[in-house]
Amino acid sequence: MITRRDLIKNTVAGIAGLSLPLVSVKIINAAETLFPDRFEKPSVLWGFVVDTYKCVGCGLCVKACKNENEIPYNIPLSRTWVERYLILKDGRVLIDSPDAGRDGYTNQKVRDTVVSPENIAKAFFVPKLCNQCENPPCVQVCPVGATYKTTDGVILIDRKWCIGCGYCIQSCPYGVRFFHPVYKVAEKCTFCYHRITKGMKTACVEACPFGARQIGNLRDRNDPVAKIVLSERVAVLKDAFGTKPQVYYIGLDENVR
Amino acid sequence: MKNYALRPLYVIIGLVIVVLIIREVYVPKDFGVHGESYMYGWHRKGNEEEWKAFKVKYKFDNEYCKDCHSDKYDSIMQSPHAIIKCENCHGPAFDHPTDPTKLTIDRSRGLCIRCHSSLPYPQSSRANIRGIDPDKHNSEIECSVCHNPHKPSLEGMK
Repeated sequence: MITRRDLIKNTVAGIAGLSLPLVSVKIINAAETLFPDRFEKPSVLWGFVVDTYKCVGCGLCVKACKNENEIPYNIPLSRTWVERYLILKDGRVLIDSPDAGRDGYTNQKVRDTVVSPENIAKAFFVPKLCNQCENPPCVQVCPVGATYKTTDGVILIDRKWCIGCGYCIQSCPYGVRFFHPVYKVAEKCTFCYHRITKGMKTACVEACPFGARQIGNLRDRNDPVAKIVLSERVAVLKDAFGTKPQVYYIGLDENVR
Repeated sequence: MKNYALRPLYVIIGLVIVVLIIREVYVPKDFGVHGESYMYGWHRKGNEEEWKAFKVKYKFDNEYCKDCHSDKYDSIMQSPHAIIKCENCHGPAFDHPTDPTKLTIDRSRGLCIRCHSSLPYPQSSRANIRGIDPDKHNSEIECSVCHNPHKPSLEGMK
């Protein structure tokens, strides 16, 4: 039989038990306790915005990038490049990027095809560079730990550690990696890591006279680039791959891949 | 158990020890997981500093040029070409004026027609730039023979 004393006791204990917040029974993450520095959110996350409406296809970005980053000038390899898209009224899509767009687009010929202006439905330029993915497939496949993601979101390659196996070059869905003909290792855009860490902007951003390229800190809400990403209609390349690129495009056409 | 039956085991233990010794010598001390995850953060920490120490070639700071070349700076700043950084045509400054003492100016026709070769693409802002057909517009001579890139308006014609 239940006594009055037991009833009061059990009621108080029951209410006290129910009022315990769920957080108080959260399982402690041992790694987080032992290495707190690995779980701190860094204050910088580099992000990039490309405005395809502003690009005129002059290729000054490619020229500056090649000079700044010591990529052999006369070899058609580049960390960044500019693509030309011609979407014709009959539905055909013509795409080219001669010499990565290094010398700009000075000719109406696309891959030896002469297109008369009245047949063009849309024509525009799309600058491309490494997307510095949040989930970089290129890093995942490296068998030796030569390529990695820094805490500020940039993917770098350790030239001393890379064995040149080429897995990462194949795994990049955006084709931004190539084999460096001088160092004989994998090579890619570093967001000009030597410049952005000194407070400068990347060579391509500075070289562009039209402001088609911008770089900034996505973790700073007052940063112009973060504002664009948060408030304007932007898109990323190959979203379905789940790589979560940090390069955002304004005015991206469905024909751009 | 006879001693010879254990010999392969000793060989394996020996090999493991040798591999561990080589690993200790060969793998740099700062090699490990730096960053948020094992999958993306496994690297040699010192490499981050190596990339930061990479030589900067372009200053891309027109104010730096202004200190000595104020006349050139003033003239281009009043023109539509003010949006073009000096080093796009004058080449990377490196440590100019100490090293190199002189920069190589790109006066080529190819540089001008990057923007001024007319392309009928209204969806890009290329259509807003005044352009010529490079094959028909005085194709034999450099643009700078007639046009002054620092004062590109037609009044600035040489």
